[in-house]
Amino acid sequence: MDAFVRHTGLVGPLDRVNVDTDQIIPKQFLKRIERTGFGQFLFFDWRFRDDGTPNPDFELNRPGYEGASILVAGRNFGCGSSREHAPWALQDFGFRAIIAPSFADIFYNNCFKNGMLPVVLPEATVEEILARAKERPGYRLTVDLQEQTVEDEEGLIAHFEVDPFRRECLLNGLDDIGLTLRHEPDITEYERRRAALLPVAAG
Amino acid sequence: MTVQPKTLFEKIWDAHVVREAPGEPALLYVDLHLVHEVTSPQAFEALRLAGRKVRRPDLTVATMDHNVPTWDRQLPVTDEISRQQMDTLAQNCREFGVTLYDLHSKKQGIVHVIGPELGLTQPGMTIVCGDSHTSTHGALGALAFGIGTSEVEHVLATQCLPQSRPKTMEVRVDGRLAPGVTAKDIILGVIGRIGTAGGTGYVVEYTGEAIRSLSMEGRMTVCNMSIEGGARAGMIAPDDKTFAYVEGRPHAPQGKAFERAVEHWRSLATDEGASYDRVERFDAAQMAPFVTWGTNPGMVVPVTGRVPDPSAYAEEADRRAAERALEYMGLTPGTAIQDINIDRVFLGSCTNARIEDLRAAAGVVRAAMTKGKKVHPKVYAMVVPGSMPVKFQAEAEGLHEVFRAAGFDWREAGCSMCLGMNPDVLQPGERCASTSNRNFEGRQGKGGRTHLVSPQMAVAAAITGHFVDIRDWDV
Repeated sequence: MDAFVRHTGLVGPLDRVNVDTDQIIPKQFLKRIERTGFGQFLFFDWRFRDDGTPNPDFELNRPGYEGASILVAGRNFGCGSSREHAPWALQDFGFRAIIAPSFADIFYNNCFKNGMLPVVLPEATVEEILARAKERPGYRLTVDLQEQTVEDEEGLIAHFEVDPFRRECLLNGLDDIGLTLRHEPDITEYERRRAALLPVAAG
Repeated sequence: MTVQPKTLFEKIWDAHVVREAPGEPALLYVDLHLVHEVTSPQAFEALRLAGRKVRRPDLTVATMDHNVPTWDRQLPVTDEISRQQMDTLAQNCREFGVTLYDLHSKKQGIVHVIGPELGLTQPGMTIVCGDSHTSTHGALGALAFGIGTSEVEHVLATQCLPQSRPKTMEVRVDGRLAPGVTAKDIILGVIGRIGTAGGTGYVVEYTGEAIRSLSMEGRMTVCNMSIEGGARAGMIAPDDKTFAYVEGRPHAPQGKAFERAVEHWRSLATDEGASYDRVERFDAAQMAPFVTWGTNPGMVVPVTGRVPDPSAYAEEADRRAAERALEYMGLTPGTAIQDINIDRVFLGSCTNARIEDLRAAAGVVRAAMTKGKKVHPKVYAMVVPGSMPVKFQAEAEGLHEVFRAAGFDWREAGCSMCLGMNPDVLQPGERCASTSNRNFEGRQGKGGRTHLVSPQMAVAAAITGHFVDIRDWDV
């Protein structure tokens, strides 16, 4: 997994609440068996008109947001389906961090597994960032996981909380399956203890 | 010595902690890992690249459900990419030794329907699947939640998941439901109040007389939509109804082993005096048949209600979301729900396509047929059983004939138009009364407009061509 330490980039404002993973990556694109190549389908039904041309009304299609790498959105971002294709699509499109007042649990988890940082900031701070990004295309932020801060070049600085274990894994790009496998003897011992209670699913 | 009282969740969680260390998430053991074709190919591929095996193929079960066409199983799968995804699952299951119920299996079905049906899902278990509706299995008193594909890979490789302990919420529904008000209405009512993020960070335990009175199928409907309220898992304490449901199923313990299991399962219920981090109380008498009007499941009103006015929302963000939703749904504020005409009906999904759902819907259809009513000429209505065993059971009871005689299309099992990954999709602008779980934009087909309802409400709408209050519907 890629590490995430600090990232400075252009802000893409998506001022909507409850953005669900069906919008992030619609179902017709879930049939691929690879992990890559989903970026072209990101927010597909919002980004493109029926004739396949870009929808000029969609926030991220407006001039000045091309190349955005920090997405800022309303609360409960990533709700709905567990599809990890959603973070894959965001990442493949170029996003490295997502800032919102809250995230849905499964989506939040999935981001960390892919080296992408979801940042929870207070609603008022997110509104301020959205306002600045909408007013001034080209608005940039620095997201620093080491320091747990989000900072712009105009004096805005906000601290965010993140689970220390997740932070450590992301800072170092650790393979968490590898971490679990270090405890293989514990797993074997647990299986021995509980053998009588486990079901037999096969057959 | 006094023993600290525990909730159902705490008992199951504690029994599955393999390892705990300060500053780290607990390592949680997974008793049953369910797999389907959409969220697993990348996980198997990563295992292959890392040279890892499936640690416990005997605790892993796969089926094909999301992509499968619901037409005649003898016909080919015409969508090449869908077919490739299903073939990939078959290859992976062969290579890694995982049991698969494929397109042609008599046990095939939606993963959350077949788990309980086969007796794989049992009280006290931890169950995961790369699908957010895994919460369904909590109806049997299991801790079951959806995971992403990286976590699927993690469970395949280690049979464990590092997990931070969630908070607990009791959703207590006291009293009795009125006739015509169903499990679906309970959960829509709950989400309507707590909101689509109300349960974020929580595991919900549903309690109270109205929950206890539900059949196992009804309990599955409630737990299924926990995720629509933001909760990864929903659960209900196992009781005699649960044990009777599990007994005799193919993978359930048999004979003496079953008796021992029941003794253990009885000990799982939340102890007297145990506490939850949060409690939400509801009165079943306040529940009505609900209909969603917007583009998330929290946008819901009783069938007697009207489409709300966005300007009534206190918060700007909610107001804009409601405006957007109404625009997408093609609805005007103030419209009576019962004046909304529909084009399509979908009776199916892991929420509402079990045998009891089909029986209840067929009952409504039969009553209408005695008065010479059929599916409205402007409506196309389909019935998609949740699994092949549900389909066979329904056919044994003659339900398919009731549906067909009334003009419903009787299909093969799968996820179908709940998410429209297979050929069953809405056309742009089409309005659908659906028994599924999500009314997101484009969920059932780009531009499609979904209204979530119970099975009884869905078939009544199919017959009249618009929503009706099933409680006083005079056919």
